[in-house]
Amino acid sequence: MDLDFSVVIEYFPRLLTGMWTTIELVILSIVLGAIVALPLALARISKNRWISSLPFAYIFFFRGTPLLVQIFLVYYGASQFEAVRESFLWPVLREPFWCAIIAFTLNTSAYTAEIFRGAIQAIPEGEVEACKVVGMTKTQMYRRVLLPRAFGIVLPAYGNEIILMLKASALASTITLLDLTGMARTIIARTYTPIEIFVAAGVIYLAISMVVIYIFRLVEKRQNRYLGSLSIKVPDKG
Amino acid sequence: MKLKKIALGSAVLLSAAVSSFSAQAADTIKIATEGAWAPFNYIDDNGKPQGFDVDIAWALCEKMDVECKVVTQDWDGLIPGLKVRKYDAIIASMSITEERLRQVDFTNKYYSGGLRFLAPKGKSFDLDNLDGKVIGAQRATLAAQYLEDNYTGNATLKFYDTQDSVYLDLLSGRLDIVLSDELPTYDWLKTSGNGGDFEFKGESFKKEDEIGIAVRKGDKLKEKFNTALEEILADGTYEKINAKYFPFSIY
Repeated sequence: MDLDFSVVIEYFPRLLTGMWTTIELVILSIVLGAIVALPLALARISKNRWISSLPFAYIFFFRGTPLLVQIFLVYYGASQFEAVRESFLWPVLREPFWCAIIAFTLNTSAYTAEIFRGAIQAIPEGEVEACKVVGMTKTQMYRRVLLPRAFGIVLPAYGNEIILMLKASALASTITLLDLTGMARTIIARTYTPIEIFVAAGVIYLAISMVVIYIFRLVEKRQNRYLGSLSIKVPDKG
Repeated sequence: MKLKKIALGSAVLLSAAVSSFSAQAADTIKIATEGAWAPFNYIDDNGKPQGFDVDIAWALCEKMDVECKVVTQDWDGLIPGLKVRKYDAIIASMSITEERLRQVDFTNKYYSGGLRFLAPKGKSFDLDNLDGKVIGAQRATLAAQYLEDNYTGNATLKFYDTQDSVYLDLLSGRLDIVLSDELPTYDWLKTSGNGGDFEFKGESFKKEDEIGIAVRKGDKLKEKFNTALEEILADGTYEKINAKYFPFSIY
């Protein structure tokens, strides 16, 4: 099989347009996802069952069903109902971009909430007790100690989630969005050079991942500099 | 030394695997279709591929006196799959185009297509100038290519993985107008239950569009298919299959 990589050069500008759509999708859904995830995580930790059961169900649902199904439900499912098509939501829901953002945000916020919860609960009991001893209110404790501490612990797992989101964003191509994968498939439809174009798209995905990894390494180094070494030692709880 | 042994061993294994594969390939012909292009090819309630293309495939196999297996594959993966020998032929209502001929060989046509616009009843369009409209088509089809070549100006083009998704978005109102092959759309208007609100716009064009069977470049299967095709055209088998799906000849 002979490969012809000149098509990659010819279509590179179009692949880059796709790349920007991918980056927009990932950044927006990650930011919105984090905003939704924080209250979810805090409610999930609550010992009050009335408060913790709703986030539990939310996380259970969005982690337990495939993202592809969620995207299809938002994009093709919602539009089946005339009530939706006539509501004020339609200008948003008719756009594939916003449907993708909605599905990605819901999905990633479920995962992120669990990551946040894990980080908050990984803080040693002693530090919580110390806060109480000096008379901090619950809000002060979270703002001054628990959340900043959790931020340091959360970084490696959270970086992972962003990279997973980057790759999951390829599913946007199934609802007509021309993200990197959608653009690659549209180009291939014309050139019939799947290997060359998909290799090029793969390299671009790798490059974005590398940037994400690099940024997270910098932030981790800065955030956890008080620990004195690159790796954080997660203390035993007991 | 040890490395050499392993290399030798795996080479033997590989050649055994390859020879058993080609032996198998000689006995049965694997034919791929899409399975999402009613009434030409679709999956029935039992999960089996059915439709005009599939009927033609079985008829040809009978004439060639070989055993056949019909498999399904997503539309935009059909030609790549053929090239890497996942199957030996594509009978999936594929138009013979210049671009595709660079990748694969085609048999003579087994029916003729044509494109036509489809939109809600009561709305009128200037088909030569669809600026500002959202036009949909299935990705990697003649229709999609025609749109890319002729309507990239101020119209928004949206491409879908399957024709069914195109219809869904026409129903939801995200699409103003759709370009697709006339024959399957003719069937959709009649049988889907949603046809009442939609109609063809303008006349069909690209009538020179010929649908053929794709095989790998240089594969002798092409001549075999051509001979069998002539036979079913001559002895009335083709006519019978045609009548099952359309009240007029589509050859």
